Amino acid sequence: MAVKASQRSEVGKEFVTGADLLIEALVEAEVEKVFGYPGGAVLPIYDAMFRHDFPFEHILCRHEQGSIHAAEGYARVTGKPGVVLATSGPGATNLITGITDAMMDSLPLVIITGQVAQGVIGTDAFQEADVMGLTTPITKYNYQVHDARELPRIINEAFYIATTGRPGPVLIDIPKNISAEMTFANTDNTINLPGYQPTVEPNVMQLQKLVHLLEEAERPILLAGAGVLLADGADLLLQFAERHELPVVNTLLGLGSFPGEHELFLGMGGMHGTYTANMAIYEADLLINIGARFDDRLTGKVANFAPGAKVVHIDIDPAEIGKIIRTEVPIVADAKKALQALLEMDVKKPQISEWLTKLMASKVNNPYWYNRNDETISPQWLIEQMHEASDGKAIITTDVGQHQMWAAQFYLFNNPHNWVTSGGLGTMGFGLPAAIGAQLGRPDDLVISIVGDGGFQMTIQELAVISERKLPIKIFIINNEALGMVRQWQEEFHGERYSSSLFTQNPDFLKLAEGYGIKSVLVHKEKDVPAVLEEVFDYDGPVLVDFRIDWKEKVMPMVAPGKGINEMVGVKP
Amino acid sequence: MKRIISCTVQNRGGVLNRITGMFSKRHFNIESITVGESEAEGLAKMTFVVNVEDENKLEQLTKQLHKQIDVVKVSDITEKSIVARELALVKVAAGSQVRAEIQGIIAPFRGTVVDVSKETMTIQVTGKTDKVDAFITLLKPYGIKEIARTGVTALLRGQQVKPHLAEVSTFTI
Repeated sequence: MAVKASQRSEVGKEFVTGADLLIEALVEAEVEKVFGYPGGAVLPIYDAMFRHDFPFEHILCRHEQGSIHAAEGYARVTGKPGVVLATSGPGATNLITGITDAMMDSLPLVIITGQVAQGVIGTDAFQEADVMGLTTPITKYNYQVHDARELPRIINEAFYIATTGRPGPVLIDIPKNISAEMTFANTDNTINLPGYQPTVEPNVMQLQKLVHLLEEAERPILLAGAGVLLADGADLLLQFAERHELPVVNTLLGLGSFPGEHELFLGMGGMHGTYTANMAIYEADLLINIGARFDDRLTGKVANFAPGAKVVHIDIDPAEIGKIIRTEVPIVADAKKALQALLEMDVKKPQISEWLTKLMASKVNNPYWYNRNDETISPQWLIEQMHEASDGKAIITTDVGQHQMWAAQFYLFNNPHNWVTSGGLGTMGFGLPAAIGAQLGRPDDLVISIVGDGGFQMTIQELAVISERKLPIKIFIINNEALGMVRQWQEEFHGERYSSSLFTQNPDFLKLAEGYGIKSVLVHKEKDVPAVLEEVFDYDGPVLVDFRIDWKEKVMPMVAPGKGINEMVGVKP
Repeated sequence: MKRIISCTVQNRGGVLNRITGMFSKRHFNIESITVGESEAEGLAKMTFVVNVEDENKLEQLTKQLHKQIDVVKVSDITEKSIVARELALVKVAAGSQVRAEIQGIIAPFRGTVVDVSKETMTIQVTGKTDKVDAFITLLKPYGIKEIARTGVTALLRGQQVKPHLAEVSTFTI
């Protein structure tokens, strides 16, 4: 049907389309960027964007999965909600991986999907999918709009739910007739969520218990997760740790919440964490967890995780407390608010110099390590070189697998909000589109996308977006012509039977980049690395570098599956 | 252990699906659910009988319920003074020779005959779960054709005295 915005009826009431209400609500929510892909059921919405002269930037990715990972990257580095728009049916189902990823890693997203017209819902209409049914278990909340006039309220609630409490994805499914048809203008966006009242302020009594335990502790450690970053509390964590000289361990997603080169930093804990971090957790008598959820890749065998420690758990999501690890002092709060309150309390500094001396010695004796080989590039060394050449200040996005772990181990983050990786869901294909969102969100920062040759090929089509927007992303393929982590597990646990993990043919990545109009370089030898990095970082535009590494390289040290955090193998001899 | 969880929810589309989906995703075992409108407009009341392994699982279950955006209130009322009832419809083979005998069973249970045909009788009985169970057991020898049970619904008593375990006597706590 023909639609014109803001037609006036005879009685003077304003009529608009549902799509107009949607666009106005997004403007009201201060949306700056929308990552989307058009299609039949969202045509009225795309038309309204056009008629409103694009009040926000629309980024046309080349696959809906690319759109949503880009929105995740944007959310991760800016702290603002990422907004995604996709059509019904396949548009919506292509988002499923990204929605689940955002749910697992607590990223604020508002996702708008088109739906077939209300009159044909339930009839298996063209491009119909039960998006509500599909996304109920993987969203923080989801809506199907039944009346266009609800749109201002629903959009307002969606942003509120996505960004408060424990952030997460919220989906709004809009039938085509709702966005297309005329309705009365309505601006009432009053939130009505009696069941949603996240606890933000910590309970003072509980904090006092924490302080009491801390004062008495002999072997305390702080475990900082992504909750600290989501609450924007990294500076307070640093103050708190420095004031009481407390050693800090990060989770994978918590990296950057504490300066990577700080002397109190023990490194990442867990499966591929540092020996020192894991032994500190094992031997601690007090573990203060701030904003981490005790993921199994961190804990290893639960019985061996901090067996002698009293556990304090600060988390904004009460359901995370006590879910995996028994907890003496539960504190439901925003990490920043809790740290603020702790910094205002009188605390007798714990006497832990013996513990610190031991940990510092362990850091020196048991660092991450690797073998240098003059012929081929050692991937660990390569990441160190990237760190050095970018002063530890680049935004790093990754896929999932060996390169991700090497990046986590060897790129020591000096700044918060620069680490963009898929932790909970472990989504291959995440790194490249996430870099697009990160670069658009922080245009002045250096963005490096470290990807494997496997994951890169899952979302390779997004090179088009990088090229057309001239986003100066540095794409570093750590190319071992294999699914390295799968291969490593097959070597370690499946008798070296490399079942479907070695690529027999990869595309010519250089020509591929060339096809997209992106500069590309092939690097085989370590001696060429420093010059290439310098050249790449100096170049104001996208570059793809194909770094060839030995397929036999492994990520070490390791807590094997089912083993305790104190049973690491592959520690520096 | 069995627990009775009472839940006040926003009466929006899909809310039952959200909650049963959460139970299924997290492998919580539900024995019964009843849902109905509550005294307040826009709010519905759900009563679940769940079977959980231990206190930790129970805590996780109530927290996950709380976490649902549509859930306004969650209470574990198992150990409170409550009135818990369910309704069952039992269709039993009842030729003319045994009708009087069956009537004799119905009376002490205060059941009501709600349908009679040549070969069958359908009896409505309400009460605590164990009463309904006992009633069904007694009817079994006559040949039960069909049973429909509502599951337990429950309310707190007006006055909370000491724990009134009689209502949950069949539950191991």
